[in-house]
Amino acid sequence: MIDAQLLEQHGLKSDEYERIVRFLGREPNLTELGIFSVMWSEHCSYKSSRVHLKTLPTEGPQVLQGPGENAGAIDIGEGLAAVFKIESHNHPSFIEPYQGAATGVGGIIRDIFTMGARPIALLNSLRFGPLEAPGTRRLLEGVVAGIAGYGNSIGIPTVGGEIAFEPSYAGNPLVNVFCLGIAKASDIVKGVASGVGNAVYYVGAKTGRDGIHGATMASAEFDEKSAEKRPAVQVGDPFMEKLLLEACLEVMQTDALVGIQDMGAAGLTCSTTEMGSRGGAGVEIDVALVPQRESGMTPYEIMLSESQERMLLVAKRGREAEVERIFEKWDLHAVKIGEVTDNGLLRIKQRGTVVAEIPNRALTDEAPVYRRPMTEPEYLRDVQQLDLDALPKKGPYPSSEFTTPRGYDPFLLMLLGSPAVASKRWVYRQYDHMVRTNTINLPGLGAGVVRIKGTDRALAMSLDGNGRYCYLDPYRGAMLAVAEAARNVACAGARPLGATNCLNFGNPERPGIMWQFAKAVEGIGAACRALDVPITGGNVSLYNETDGNAIYPTPTIGVVGLLEHAERVVSRRFRESGDAIVLLGADRGELGGSEYLKVVHDLVRGVPPALDLAAERALQGLLVTLADEGLARSAHDCSDGGLAVAVAECCFDTNGIGATIAIDAMPVARDAGVNVAAALFGESASRVVVSVVPEELTRVIERAAAAGVPAKVVGQTGGNRLRMTVSGHTVIDQSVDEAERIWSNAIEEHFVRRVA
Amino acid sequence: MRFGVVVFPGSNCDEDAYHAAKDVFGQEAEYLWHKDTDLKGADALILPGGFAHGDYLRTGAMARFSPIMREVQAFADRGGPVLGICNGFQILLESGLLPGAMLRNRSLKYRCEHVHLRVEQTDTPFTNAARVGQVLRIPIGHGEGNYFAPSDLLEKLEANRQIVLRYTDPDGRIDEAWNPNGSVHAIAGLCNERRNVVGMMPHPERACELLLGGLDGRLIFESVVAAMAMR
Repeated sequence: MIDAQLLEQHGLKSDEYERIVRFLGREPNLTELGIFSVMWSEHCSYKSSRVHLKTLPTEGPQVLQGPGENAGAIDIGEGLAAVFKIESHNHPSFIEPYQGAATGVGGIIRDIFTMGARPIALLNSLRFGPLEAPGTRRLLEGVVAGIAGYGNSIGIPTVGGEIAFEPSYAGNPLVNVFCLGIAKASDIVKGVASGVGNAVYYVGAKTGRDGIHGATMASAEFDEKSAEKRPAVQVGDPFMEKLLLEACLEVMQTDALVGIQDMGAAGLTCSTTEMGSRGGAGVEIDVALVPQRESGMTPYEIMLSESQERMLLVAKRGREAEVERIFEKWDLHAVKIGEVTDNGLLRIKQRGTVVAEIPNRALTDEAPVYRRPMTEPEYLRDVQQLDLDALPKKGPYPSSEFTTPRGYDPFLLMLLGSPAVASKRWVYRQYDHMVRTNTINLPGLGAGVVRIKGTDRALAMSLDGNGRYCYLDPYRGAMLAVAEAARNVACAGARPLGATNCLNFGNPERPGIMWQFAKAVEGIGAACRALDVPITGGNVSLYNETDGNAIYPTPTIGVVGLLEHAERVVSRRFRESGDAIVLLGADRGELGGSEYLKVVHDLVRGVPPALDLAAERALQGLLVTLADEGLARSAHDCSDGGLAVAVAECCFDTNGIGATIAIDAMPVARDAGVNVAAALFGESASRVVVSVVPEELTRVIERAAAAGVPAKVVGQTGGNRLRMTVSGHTVIDQSVDEAERIWSNAIEEHFVRRVA
Repeated sequence: MRFGVVVFPGSNCDEDAYHAAKDVFGQEAEYLWHKDTDLKGADALILPGGFAHGDYLRTGAMARFSPIMREVQAFADRGGPVLGICNGFQILLESGLLPGAMLRNRSLKYRCEHVHLRVEQTDTPFTNAARVGQVLRIPIGHGEGNYFAPSDLLEKLEANRQIVLRYTDPDGRIDEAWNPNGSVHAIAGLCNERRNVVGMMPHPERACELLLGGLDGRLIFESVVAAMAMR
C-alpha cells in the first residue's frame, strides 16, 4: 500500500521511510505515515539546520527561556519578562498573500500568549520583487492588508518593521512576523503535558480540511504548479483568536493549567507530540471527540489539519470545571479529547479503536538530522570583485567635474526615492500602531518602542536584515544584520538584551545554499556573542526557491532592548535648529553592496562593509549612556545610503529643519568623484548621527572618548535646506521640503492610481 | 465621577479608555461586560474601539443585540452621557442611538494616523471644555469611518447643530485632502438631538499623555468630568 509515489507525496525519502519502519518494527499505516511526514518535514524537524543552530549562543543571566519552547523570554526587571519570537509565513503568503500573511500574524501571536504573556507589539520584515515588477503590487497590497486585517482586529499594535525590494524575491516574497508580550517572570507557562490521567482539552475553532500538509508545502520549492497548492493555505479568524487570547490568559491566572500549546504547523499532531515529549509523558486522544467543521473527516485529515485558532491544553485533575467555565464566558467550548499517559506514546483512537500509535521520541528526538554537504558557491568570487575606478560615468563623475555645484543632488534624490530607503508610511498607516496606548516611538522613527504601563520602563525592538550583503558575504552580512538591529535599539536609548532570528534561505539540498546557511549562522553567533544578545528562539524557512532560483540568503534578526526610563526615548528626528550634528563611529567610505551602487549604477557587487564587533559594542554602550543622560537629542543609524541619507532622514518629519554638513572625501579610488560618493553614500558599519545641544557638545565628545568611540562634529542643524560640502565643495544643496516630498511619496505613488 | 467602559468580546480599546479615565484623570472606572445588565453606578459610559463581535458582517451590527445595550439605551434615555469611540461610534449608529451609517473608507484601506479636528459644538458633555473652532490633533485608526447620511438627514443634522467634530487641515479649514475617510460634510463626530450621546471616530484616549505624542484628547475627558461636577 505504501509505495514510492505515496512517499513522494509525503515528502519522505526512501531511507527516511526505512528509518520509520525500523522504529515501529512494522510498516506504518497511512495515518502514521502522515504524522511522520509532517513531524519529519524540514519545517517541523529542522533536520537540515539543527546541527548549525546548536552553535548559537542561547544563554545569559537575562535569559529566562531559550529555544525549544513556543517562544523565548528575557528578564526585563521588576519581576517582568519580555516574551518574543519571530516566524516566517513565506510560502503561504506567496500562494495567497492576504490569508498567508494574516495567519502568520495569528500564529506568532498564539506562540506568545501560549507562554502566558499578554502580546503588546508586532513587527514585520517583508521582502518583495521590484515594485515595478508584475505581481509585486498585488503581493504587497495583499500581505500588508492581511497583516493589518489580523493585527488591527485583535488589537495588538504593529509598531515597526522593514521592507526591501530585490529581484531575487520576485518569485518568493518573504513575510517574517515578530510578536512581543509581557508576562510576570514567575508565571511563564510551558507547553508540557504531564500528570497521568490529567485531561487533554481542545479549544478554539473547529477542525476542517484546510491546511493539510502546510508544513510539507513549506518544505519544498515552488514551480509552475504552485497555485494548485492554494487549498493548503488556511483562513484566519482574528475574532476567534481574540476570544482564545483573553480566555487563555484568564485560565492561566488560575493555576488550574498544567501546560498549553497552540496548534500551528502540523496542527494536532505537533501539539500532542511536543507536549507529551516535553513532559516526558504520553498523550492519548480520540479524534472522534475533536470538534469538526466538516463531516466524514478521517483520522489522517484530523491529525494533519492546520485549521487556525486552535489550542491544546492540559488541565489539573479536579480543576476541569473551572477551566471550562472560563472558556464558556468567552463563548468557547473546551472539549476533553483525551488524557495524559505515562507510556511516552502518541496514541490516536477513533471511537475507542487505536488508529495510530507512535513513540513521541521517534517523532521528535529521533527525527533525522542531516549534515548536508556544503561548498562555497562559485558566484561569490566574481561578485565580490569591485573596481571603483571602472564605474561607468554617471552625471558629473567619475571625472574631475565633481566640483560642479550641487552635482550630487540627483543621486541623493534617487536614493531617497528608492523603495528600500523611502518612507514606508503607505504601509504602516494601514496598521493600527497605537492601540493599547503604549507606542512612544511611532513607526518610521527608528526602533519600535512601547512603554510598560505600571513601570517607568519601555522596550525597544527592531527587525533587520540585508539580503544583498548576505548574498555577497553571508558571514559578514549576518553579523551586520545583528549589529544593525541592536544598533537601532541602542539608538532609541535601550540596552539590547536578547535576539530572535528568522533564517530564510533556498534549497538546503544544494551545497552552495547550505554553505550560505552555515556561514550566516556562524556570523549570527559571532555577533550575538560579542554584543551579548543571546538568541532565545526563532524559525528557519528553507526551500525559498522558484524554478531553481533561490532568494538572497536572508537572515532576519529581531533584537529587544530595555529603556529604564521611558521618557528618555530618542528618535531619529532633529529637534531644534542650531544643534551640533555629530557622527559617531569611524568612516571607511565602503561602497561594496551599497544602496548607492545598486540604485545609481545598477550594480550588486563588492564585499559588504567590515564590522569590528568590539567597536560596535562600544558604540551601542555609548548610545545608551547618551540617551540616559539626556545628551542625545536625536540618534539615527547610517545604513542604506550612508551618511547623506541618514542626515536627510533626520530632517524629515520635523517641519523642515535643515542641516549643513561638511566632510572630507574618502580616498577609496583614483577618481575624485567616486571618493566624494564614498564619503556621502558609503555604508561603513557602526556609525550613528546624533544631534546635540551646543552646550552639551563637550560632554558628548568626552563620553565618546571615554567609550573609545570616534566622534566628529560634521555640521549643524538649521535653515530649511540640506547642504553638504565635501572637501570644501558644495556638492548637495537641496530644499528639505522637496527631498521630503520625494522620500514620502516614492512608494505611495505606485498605488495612487488605484485610489479614488 | 465614575466611568463605565463597556467591554464586548472583540473590544480592544477598552483597556485604553479605562487607563485614561482611571490613571490619567484619576476618576473611578468600571468595566461593564456586554452580557451583564448592571451599569455599576456609572455616571458616564464609554463604548470603546475595537471589533465588537469580529465585525465581519458590518461594524457594530451585532453588538446592539448584546444585553448591556438595553441598559445603555435606557441610560441615554435618562439623559446620561454616552461616548462612542470608533467602533463604539459604529455601534451607536447601528443601535439607533445616533443617526446615519458608516461606509468603508474612501481609500478602501484601514488608516491609522493623526488627523486634525475642528470643534463645532461645545454644548455637549464631551466638548464643553473646548472652544468653538478649536483645532485638535488626535489619531484615528479605522477601516470603516466614512460617515454617510442622506441629504435630508444631513440638513437636519446641520440645522440641529448635531455635528460636533469635523476633519480639517491644521488651520481648521475644511479641505477634502485632509478628510481621511471621505465622510460627508467632513463629519468626524456627532451627537443626538438631546446632545448627551456623542460618537466620534478619532481616539481621544490615544492623545492624553505627552509620552504618546499629544494631549488634545484630554479635552474630551475633561469635558465630561466638568459636566459631572456641575451636576
